[in-house]
Amino acid sequence: MIDARGYSCPMPVVMVQKAVKGKEPNKLEVLVDNQCSVENVTRYARNSGYQVEVSDHEGDYKLVLRK
Amino acid sequence: MNQRGFLKQYGLPVLTGLLVGGAAVLLTLLGNPKNMGFCIACFLRDIAGALNLQRAGYEAELGSGIVQYMRPEIVGLVLGSMAIALFKKEFRPKGGSSPMIRFLLAVFVMIGALVFLGCPLRMVIRIGGGDLNALVGLAGFIAGILIGIFFLNHGFSLKRAYKQSYAEGMTTPVLMLLLMLVLLYAPALLASSRSGPGSMRAPVLAALAVATVIGALAQRSRLCMVGGIRDAVMFRDFRLVSAFLAIIVAVLIGNLITGSFKGFSFADQPIAHTDGLWNFLGMTMVGWGSVLLGGCPLRQLILAGEGNTDSGITVMGFIAGAAISHNFSLASSAAGIGAGPVAQTMILGFALLAAVSAANLERVEV
Repeated sequence: MIDARGYSCPMPVVMVQKAVKGKEPNKLEVLVDNQCSVENVTRYARNSGYQVEVSDHEGDYKLVLRK
Repeated sequence: MNQRGFLKQYGLPVLTGLLVGGAAVLLTLLGNPKNMGFCIACFLRDIAGALNLQRAGYEAELGSGIVQYMRPEIVGLVLGSMAIALFKKEFRPKGGSSPMIRFLLAVFVMIGALVFLGCPLRMVIRIGGGDLNALVGLAGFIAGILIGIFFLNHGFSLKRAYKQSYAEGMTTPVLMLLLMLVLLYAPALLASSRSGPGSMRAPVLAALAVATVIGALAQRSRLCMVGGIRDAVMFRDFRLVSAFLAIIVAVLIGNLITGSFKGFSFADQPIAHTDGLWNFLGMTMVGWGSVLLGGCPLRQLILAGEGNTDSGITVMGFIAGAAISHNFSLASSAAGIGAGPVAQTMILGFALLAAVSAANLERVEV
């Protein structure tokens, strides 16, 4: 689980990149607190071959990345 | 990528870029200075002048400096962003991510921008206007961004921001609204240039309206000059850089239509100098500093409109930087770089950027 709430762009994407590159986990959960980060992380994840599901998490956003 | 996916990804940024370029040409036609239809650094500098924080080129018989004007474009960008953010439920007050460091970085980003004579947006507009000095600036800008990316990849972060009150988030939009009301109903309270670039202006309401639309579009498309090159290098993501290119195309076509395009050259470009070293280094500072700040000056205005008070502080830093720049003769002019201690200040600025970059490295825990 990556908690990227409070971090401004591009930090959430950098954090996801670090978790994904070379390790290729089958599932990864990411918390972000703004729509712009939702879009950026989603775009990066899709380009890296993941499917992305977005849901509400206590007023913030939870992204579930799956291979 | 299929055609629909392509349109979805690039449609809005390219449309925003084309409209920003078009708006820059239109505002120039309506009276704004040449190749400066839309320049965040220049306009914040003019606002610093309107508030009498600087009186560069003061002429006693006219009673004003040459870059003093409460630019409605800045107000429009912030309010346009705020309006669409409220509508889309993206207005989320937050702040507290190293505010003092952000303020200092912003001061030096502005000093660098005024050494070059323009923010990244004006750099792009100058390229579209045929100004080859801006290509030298672009090279410096990319160099600065690459330095910033090096630190991002090694764990640079200005730390978390936290949720703030609605009142705190509203500070920059309300401040902008108040300044706009003063300009409309009590303009004598503000300093106002009678000569020079500060006296060249599009009509107030036209400038406000155009900028409000652009502010809303920039909020939706997340337009950012620094983000464009950064994302292309770091993530092979070309979405934002497509807007960057669209602005150049729109400005070039616009200038060709209006007959103001005189070919590509270094010499005799409007409000520009030909000192390559300083054009390069000025934009290196802007690129590096803006990567650390997370976005170019335009993006900071848009984020401030969304209730981001770290960006609000950054905008205040830009205004302070503009005042320092002109009061200590660090800003360039068409004649060349300023008569003040430009080299010393730039060395100080790069030392600050290096110290901030190195002091904020952390292991990103996953």
